[in-house]
Amino acid sequence: MSGSAAALGAAPGRAAPIRAIPGFRTSLGITLLWAASIVVIPLLALLLRPLELGPLGLWESLTEPRVLAALRLSFGAAFVAALLDLPLGLLLAWAIVRLRFPGRGMLDAALDLPFALPTAVAGIALTALTAPNGWLGAPLMAVFGLKVAFTEVGVVFALMFVGLPFIARTVEPVLRDMPLDAEEAAATLGASRAQTLWRVVLPALLPTLLTGFGLAFARAVGEYGSVIFIAGNLPMITEIAPLLIVIRLEQFDYAGAAAVGLAMLALSFVVLLAINMLQRRLRRGRR
Amino acid sequence: MSVDVQDIVRRFGTTAALKGVSLSVREGEFLALLGPSGSGKTTLLRILAGLEGSDSGTVHIAGQDMTGVPARERNIGVVFQHYALFRHMTVFDNVAFGLRVRRQRPSSAEIAARVRRLLELVQVPELERRYPDQISGGQRQRVALARALAIEPRLLLLDEPFGALDALVRKEVRRWVRSLHDSLGITTILVTHDQEEAMEMADRIAVMQGGRIVQLDAVGALLRDPATAFVAGFIGEATRLPCQVRNGVAHFDPLPVLPLQVALPDGPAAAFVRPAEISVRHGAGTASVRLCRTEGEGPARLIVQAGDIMLDALANPGESFEKGESCRLSIRGSHVFAESGERAQGVPLAEVMVG
Amino acid sequence: MSDDALHTAPFRPAWQDRPWVRRLLAAAAVLVALVMLALPLTAVFVEALRRGLPVALEAITEPDTLAAVRLTLLVALITVPVNLVGGLAAAWCIAKFDFPGKRLLTTLIDLPFSVSPVIAGLVFVLIFGAQGWLGPWLQARDIQIIFALPGLVLATLFVTFPFVARTVLPLMQEQGRDEEEAAATLGAGGLQTFLMVTLPNVKWGLLAGVLLCNARAMGEFGAVSVVSGHIRGETNTMPLHVEILYNEYQFAGAFAVAALLALLGLVTLTAKTLLERLSGRNGGLV
Repeated sequence: MSGSAAALGAAPGRAAPIRAIPGFRTSLGITLLWAASIVVIPLLALLLRPLELGPLGLWESLTEPRVLAALRLSFGAAFVAALLDLPLGLLLAWAIVRLRFPGRGMLDAALDLPFALPTAVAGIALTALTAPNGWLGAPLMAVFGLKVAFTEVGVVFALMFVGLPFIARTVEPVLRDMPLDAEEAAATLGASRAQTLWRVVLPALLPTLLTGFGLAFARAVGEYGSVIFIAGNLPMITEIAPLLIVIRLEQFDYAGAAAVGLAMLALSFVVLLAINMLQRRLRRGRR
Repeated sequence: MSVDVQDIVRRFGTTAALKGVSLSVREGEFLALLGPSGSGKTTLLRILAGLEGSDSGTVHIAGQDMTGVPARERNIGVVFQHYALFRHMTVFDNVAFGLRVRRQRPSSAEIAARVRRLLELVQVPELERRYPDQISGGQRQRVALARALAIEPRLLLLDEPFGALDALVRKEVRRWVRSLHDSLGITTILVTHDQEEAMEMADRIAVMQGGRIVQLDAVGALLRDPATAFVAGFIGEATRLPCQVRNGVAHFDPLPVLPLQVALPDGPAAAFVRPAEISVRHGAGTASVRLCRTEGEGPARLIVQAGDIMLDALANPGESFEKGESCRLSIRGSHVFAESGERAQGVPLAEVMVG
Repeated sequence: MSDDALHTAPFRPAWQDRPWVRRLLAAAAVLVALVMLALPLTAVFVEALRRGLPVALEAITEPDTLAAVRLTLLVALITVPVNLVGGLAAAWCIAKFDFPGKRLLTTLIDLPFSVSPVIAGLVFVLIFGAQGWLGPWLQARDIQIIFALPGLVLATLFVTFPFVARTVLPLMQEQGRDEEEAAATLGAGGLQTFLMVTLPNVKWGLLAGVLLCNARAMGEFGAVSVVSGHIRGETNTMPLHVEILYNEYQFAGAFAVAALLALLGLVTLTAKTLLERLSGRNGGLV
């Protein structure tokens, strides 16, 4: 005991910070090794490889019409899908938390299905459903003349499938913990139920809905497996950005592929930052 | 074991939790660290246990420098504020834990025997197979104590150990812990914010305020000779009466209280008056009785309003007051502290005149 | 409201909607769940069995499919333990210690969730591919990483990186540090504290995290698609095999393998739901 005391006490002046629980160095060491080799160093490659093109080459590589079209589709469809998922996710969360009906438990369990179903499986299933002869595709074609599979509509539909649980599962716990007394107070003050929902409940959920939107959007932007089967992959029309990365890699254009990847990450980051700021603004206004 | 703390400083960011604390605890002593929350008492306890580092200063236990010795090698028993029992272990396994993680681990028969002896000692042998959330707060407290004692600690630290118990159980457990200390003789340090608890259990009390120990003394001495205005106000019941010293006399204007003779320089000061030091007499005055409560045999307890101050006072034996009755106040004597911290005993003027 | 209504209507709390509104909402929720969740799942199994069970079984027991199953299991068998150890170490040091850069580390752990799986594959091609940083060096020594097992493992490690840490970290944080500190004062070392005190308290959450990690490792498509090279019987995992069959218009076979993967997802989902119920209970009682 005295030996270790002398060894550790050797540093004079400011005493070494004591960590109450032993095992810090080992666990941090494992963590850093693990994170550096699997995530940090690989992402560094993504950051550095596009520089080989030089600023001008990078610009040209990213402003190719085909790249712009793919980025527009990936981000646009992800945005629309997350937006459409907002009311659907809210509805499902509300049903699980606030309503009692037969099959509620099933619904609760099924909600995680898009998390659990491998993306390739979801991809071919959604394609089969929405193809012109599919269970959904045939009636939609007959009644509305709407073609889903192999169009942008199909891309949005697949991204909605992927993003739905993010919104519902983000809203659910917040809704569960939301005290009912605010709604009771609104009622005692003479508000109608609709007014209460619109002016009390919805504003309280807004920051959470935004969080869910951000998660669903981020996931949808990078989605690959559930989209490529349904998209049809026509260059300039239904070709998503991740597919373009694959195509460039197949042409051994590593720097060009990395450039598209980097652009996707940077754009996602900007969007998520904007969501975050909007959220902060909402929260600040509340105090 | 004796404990010797020298000039401990501990900062958290820019705020200093401990601003140079020195303390020495005698072998076999029961010492209480008493102070309001934020006074640094728990930080000091955690530094002793090795759960927290200090920015400067030293801790010696039984003469040995503890700098850099991790908690696991200190052999100090700690009873945590919320007990920190291992939730997934039975009571038996909780108590056995400290024996099982030893480098030289005793045989399981020996461990079992010692755990059972400890559970006898803390009077809960029947709980062996229960889990922490299946037993009451008082029982958890006993198990936590048995677990701490299992490692045969040379020092026992108790961090607000009675806070989570309800009032009735608390009183009983306190007495029991003190008697256990007397029979085992382990040096014990108790952290508490409850002065009654500290006075009932400890041999000596270290009163902490703002990261410093302001006074370390036996209970009687703290009451008799408070070192600072804070101690006078914190220990025992006392009402603070602001006053003005002019020419060796403390005036309480505009309060309807007779002045006191006091050996302090001119300027603002405060008297700390205990209920028994106030004499309340019937008669026309600007003070009035707000509450008069008789409890059994003793003198009636009064709350008297004087100006905008409410005073706790005791009536003379046998006397009683009507609610709202006006009365006259005088002080038999009290501690008076000048703003500089200087202290003096205030004496009634009349007494001096008579003398 | 008429007197009559007052007498007959049961009391409705202020926070509850009218019965017809509730019924409407429930019906709408069920409809959404049917179209968005139940229908795709049903489609997988219906398509798989469209040409009869024997055809589906044959597709599953075909040698290339069996090779894909073996490879998928092998990849999961390597990646899950690595992320288990790393994730536990990360969760433990973030939850139980304070150190500079802790928030950065926490963010870093979530990062792979917001990176496209294709990028997860891409980064390893950038390093180990033919034109990658280490490509020439590896080629000179005849070491294959991309289009081989190591590449599949690396890409899968990246996409499954957060699962264990993410499920265990909140549990460890919720628990606080009291029990570990108590263990330290009783003389326990780091590994002893971790194994005897921390781990038993998070075991159900940990199991759920491992299951999720495993499901993702076996079901991953985008990341492995980039690094696989799609060599049948060699570098084809099950999801990749689904793609190949589908692109060759062998729909029944594609959906049969997909159904197998869907079953894996369903089992994971059921187990996770069960574990969540278990972990709600006291750890000591189970």
